[in-house]
Parts: sequence; structure tokens; C-alpha cells
Amino acid sequence: MIPALVVVLAVIIFPWVFTIWMSLQEWKVGSPTTFVGLANYLRLPTDPRFVEAVGHTLSYTALSVLLPLVFGTLAAVVFHQKFAARGFWRGIFIMPMMATPVAIALVWTMMFHPQLGVLNYLLSLVGLPPQLWVFNPATVIPSLVLVETWQWTPLVMLIVLGGLAAIPTEPYESAQIDGANFWQVFRFITLPLIMPFLFIAGMIRMIDAVKSFDIIFAITQGGPGSASETINVYLYSVAFVYYDLGYGSAIAVVFFLLIVALAALLLYLRKRMLWTSELGDGA
Amino acid sequence: MSHHLISRRQMLAGTAAAGAVGLTGLPARAEVNWKKYSGTTLEVILAKGPRGDNLQKYIKEFTELTGIKVESEQIPEQQQRQKCVIELSSGKPSFDVVHLSYHVQKRQFEKGGWLADMSGYLKDPSLTPPDLVESDFSAAGLQYARNDKGQMFSLPWSVDYFILYYNKELFQKKGVEVPKTLEEMAVAAEKLTDPKEGIYGFVGRGLRNANMAMWTNFYLNFGGEFLDAKGNILTDGPEAVEATKLYQRLLTKSAPPGVAGFNWMESMASFTQGRSAMWIDADGWAPPLEDPAASRVVGKVGYTLVPAGPKGKFSSTYGDGIGIAAASKNKEAAYLLCQWVVSRGQGARLLQAGGGVPFRNSIVDDAEVAKGVKTKEWLQSVIDSAKISKLGLPAIIPVAEFRDIVGAALTATLSGADPATELKKAHEQFRPILERSEKA
Repeated sequence: MIPALVVVLAVIIFPWVFTIWMSLQEWKVGSPTTFVGLANYLRLPTDPRFVEAVGHTLSYTALSVLLPLVFGTLAAVVFHQKFAARGFWRGIFIMPMMATPVAIALVWTMMFHPQLGVLNYLLSLVGLPPQLWVFNPATVIPSLVLVETWQWTPLVMLIVLGGLAAIPTEPYESAQIDGANFWQVFRFITLPLIMPFLFIAGMIRMIDAVKSFDIIFAITQGGPGSASETINVYLYSVAFVYYDLGYGSAIAVVFFLLIVALAALLLYLRKRMLWTSELGDGA
Repeated sequence: MSHHLISRRQMLAGTAAAGAVGLTGLPARAEVNWKKYSGTTLEVILAKGPRGDNLQKYIKEFTELTGIKVESEQIPEQQQRQKCVIELSSGKPSFDVVHLSYHVQKRQFEKGGWLADMSGYLKDPSLTPPDLVESDFSAAGLQYARNDKGQMFSLPWSVDYFILYYNKELFQKKGVEVPKTLEEMAVAAEKLTDPKEGIYGFVGRGLRNANMAMWTNFYLNFGGEFLDAKGNILTDGPEAVEATKLYQRLLTKSAPPGVAGFNWMESMASFTQGRSAMWIDADGWAPPLEDPAASRVVGKVGYTLVPAGPKGKFSSTYGDGIGIAAASKNKEAAYLLCQWVVSRGQGARLLQAGGGVPFRNSIVDDAEVAKGVKTKEWLQSVIDSAKISKLGLPAIIPVAEFRDIVGAALTATLSGADPATELKKAHEQFRPILERSEKA
């Protein structure tokens, strides 16, 4: 008991208390620190870069949760069918997940290049005009999400595949007898039964996406301008490029609260969903 | 690489001779006591690049001369800056000698009191050979190395001037003259641009933060100053708006697609592939441009001054220095290393390799040294730039924030935002940051 307590104190509690304490100081590397109360927090809503970063974080997260969920579920349904060399294809499909994010980022940076990149070449094959991808503020977030989706769709697929394997076959048999079509089967049997798995996948994806740093930093460093600067990327700049540790800590605290809030929201939705589905069962 | 005119032996002999000259003066000067700290080990932290290479390549000579062992490491620039700041502020840095970027770190290092005062060492004939005097450093170098009280906290090592690189072949093909003014440059760039052929008239930094280094050259030439007498930042005035309009015009009308994400590396790639006719950047890129293995424009590159603006003709100037950690226990030995790093022999090698330009006038103006420089046109552009050099960034503590915020405004203009509005917004955002940093 006591060793565990010591570890939790040293590894979790102490850093948190220390971060909160730092966030109440004017603490710039090289200057003396002074206690400033909540001044760092009051600065946040008036800091346009922070406000923008919150928006970027939310849109980046929403897209990088939603797209892998959709594609991952589709892929799981496909890979749940029995076909030749299924194991082999599954193995190929989950390969992106195994690669190092920074290495992936460098490869995608080359693929995104407007003149030399392979993506514009592929577009030209189907007669589409070249795009600026991550070099245009308007398309940078969707382009980064493309990388994120490519890498993490397999994870969602694996989780959902587990869910599909656990579904009993009886409901499908009775549906077949009732003459349900593919979509009806998916919508009324498969989807409700894999919902808990989708929630788990969604939760993992959300926590991963909201704190995503490596891919964004390696590809755009938050640019062009600050168009893809998420809270995490901005936090890094404030703390380790501007050396403003007090303000950086305040951002970290708010960022943590945001993650907790998002996770709580998901848990709440999950509860509600289970409740309505039970009600549905009863009706 | 080019043959080095100054051999090790000559250099040692030269140093000895210089010492002897010192002896004839009155009162008699002592010779540098090179071996005084024999057996000491020094730790050096370097930013990755030609300057660090130049030090590491010849460090054996220093060890032979002094008996001082030197352990050095090169770290990529950004990480090196972070590591230095964190270690120095901890009070127990792991290094004795530090390579610093003046344009980013000068004020921060001064305020932190992290570097040792060298003023005394420079006047001590047992530590400093007689040819190394403060007045030999260029004005910009002294401006960087001295604090408000005139004390020297580092030795100016290598300076970067911004110059204009141009592709002579593309200019000839379109019958375009080398521009003398920024306006002529914009017009020429438009003439040289031919998107169907994949040729663009101009390339330069569009990436936030990095782009400031090029933009400030326009700003200075439009008559801009960074700070007023009260220390207020001035980058939203009419000069800034005009400079930004030019920046926007060049990079949207005549530059390759995606330039908003270009730093010097992407710009250089475009230029060396013969895809861009003009490029404004720091002076250190002659070696890759003239390297047949990496460049398609070998022998076709012209080197000249950044064209004049309506209110002036300057070359944006940045620089590196070498200093001693205030917490070092081997300060005098470290000083011996620092003064060797900026010595005539090492400076000549740096210049001849094209890896940088020493801050010392006696090296840059020396005809003997010039003979060893391969690209004469490049050397001339550097010598001429020195005469019109002006610091390219304000000497303030939050330089990184300044570059990020105004740089983001510049990048925004590349997707059509209005320069005046963006600069105003950036100004409002930056002013409180500057005020806070000066107050603290």
C-alpha cells in the first residue's frame, strides 16, 4: 500500500500540484519568479493564438475521431467476412499503426509537396487540379487528419473486429428468416451490439487525437501561419521556445481540464445510449 | 574543398610572429602563455552547421598548441538553443563554452547573466595575441557582443548577411537585367515567371518565423526601424505595410506554389533545381549551390546585394558568437579556446569554405585570404554587404514571439489577407508580450 502511494504521489500528484503552483507564477526562464495569482488564466481568453488553438484542437479532434471510426467500422465489417487469405490482408491493413509517427510524418510531407508530391500526381490521373494540402491554411487541418486517419483506422478496425466476433449468431439467423436486408441487419443488429466497442474506440481515439503533437509538429509545426496550431503545439512554443513556464503551465492545466471534460462527455453519452437502448428493448 | 592557403604551421608561425611583434612594443608585452592550462578538459556545445564543423575539424591543432582537451557536440540549432537556455538557467550547465545566436539570444543571455565577462581577458596579453583587438570586429559584431556598459560577454564569431542569389541563365533567356531596386525586382520576377514551364521568378521564406529574416530586409529598405526611443515596437507603421505588400506581391505572383510553407531549405531546393530565378537569403549557401552533386545551377549563379528600397539599401544582418558560461570553472582555458575560434587562421578557413563570414575586418579584407575563396562574386557580395549591414531583428528578449506573431501575419497575407489589418492585429498581440518581458 505505502509503496504504491509513494509512487502515485511522486509520479502523478506532485507534478500536478507543482504545475498548478507554477501556473500561478510569472515564471520566465532567466528571470526571478513572482506570484501573480490567476493572471495567467485571465490572459488565456484574451490571447487570440490560444483561442484559435482551442478551435483547431476541437476540429482536428472531431475529424480524427469520426473518420477513423467510420472507416474502421467499415473495414471491420469487411474483414469479418470470410474470404481467401483474410489473415494476410488484415496484417497488411494494420501496418500503418505499427509505424513511427515522425517517420510517417516525413513521408507524408513529401507526398503533400505541391510540385513533387505523389498526391497531386494521383489527382492529375483522375483529372483533378493540384492541391496545396498542408501548404494552404484552408486545407491544412483536413490534410493532417488524412494522415491521422490513415494511421489509426486500423486500430478502430481491430477493436470493432473484436466486438463483431463476440456477437451471437442467433439475431442474424432470425433476421435472415424475417427477410432483413444488409443495411437493416447492420443498422438494427450489428451497430447496437458493437456500440460499446465503438465507444471504447472513440474514447481512445479522442484522447489520442486531442493530444496529438508528433504528426502536426513534424509536418507543419502549426503552420502555415498558425492555421494548424493546436493547444499542444502552442503549449510547446510557450513553454520551450518562449520559455514562459508560468503561462505554459496555465495552458497545460486548462488543456487537462478540457480532456477530462471531453472524456466525461463521452462517458455520459455512453450511459445515455445504453439507457435508451434498454428502453428500446422494453418497448 | 578549396585548398587552404593558411596551413597549420604557417598559422602557428604567424601567431608566434605576432607575439614577437608585441614584444618590441613599449612597455614590453608578454607572449600568450598557451600551455598554462595544459591538461584541462573543456566541454563545448555547438549549433549544427558549418561553424561547428570548422571548429571540430581543426580542434586537434588547438589541443596540440595548448594541451587543452576539447569535447564538443553539435546539436540542431533549435534544440541547441533550448538546451543552452535550460542548462544555463539551472546554474549548472554541462558545458564551459557556448555557441550562441546573437539575433535570438543576446538580450536573454545578458538578462540571465549567464555568460562570463571577457573584457579583462581581451586586454590580458598572456591570454590574447596582439592581433586580436576589439576594434578589428565589425560594428555589427561589437553591437552584438557588447552590453549597454560596453563589456564584452562573447566574441563575435560569424556573421550572416542577406544577399540576392540569381540564376544568370534564366535572366539571359528572358533578357532581364539584374534589379537594382525592390520595385525592379518585383517586375523582373513577374517577367521571369512561367508556370507552364514550372519556372518562377522569385523564391524565399514563406514559413512563419523563418520568413521574418527575409522580410526585415524589405522593411529596413523601406525605411523601417524596429523600436522607437521609448522601446516601443514599430512594425505596424507605413514602412511595414509597404514592405509586406511587396512581400505579398513577390510570393503570390512570382513564387512556386506552396511557398507559404517554405523555409531556406525548400527555397534552396527550388533554386538549385533551376526552378526559381531569384532567391534572397543568408550568405552561407554558396557551397551547396556550386556543388555539382547537389545543384543544377553550378557556375550559373550570380551573387549580389539585396536591391535598394525607396528609403535605403541595407543587408539584414544576423550573427553567431562564442562565449563562456559564467558558471564554468575553467574560464581562462575556455577563453583561450574562444579566441582561437575567432583567430585569423580559423576565420580564413571558414570564409574559404564558404561556411560563414568572420566578424573580423582584418580577415575579410585580406587579399591573401581572398585568394583561397573559390567563388569571387560571392566574396564581393559579402564584402559589399558588410558596408551596408544593419541588424535584422530587434534586440529584445521575446524575439521568438516577435518572429512567430509577425511571421504568422506575413504568412496570412499569402492567402490574400490584407497586410495593414494583419500587421495591426499582430502588433496588438505582440505589444503586451514585449511590455511584460521588459518589466519582468
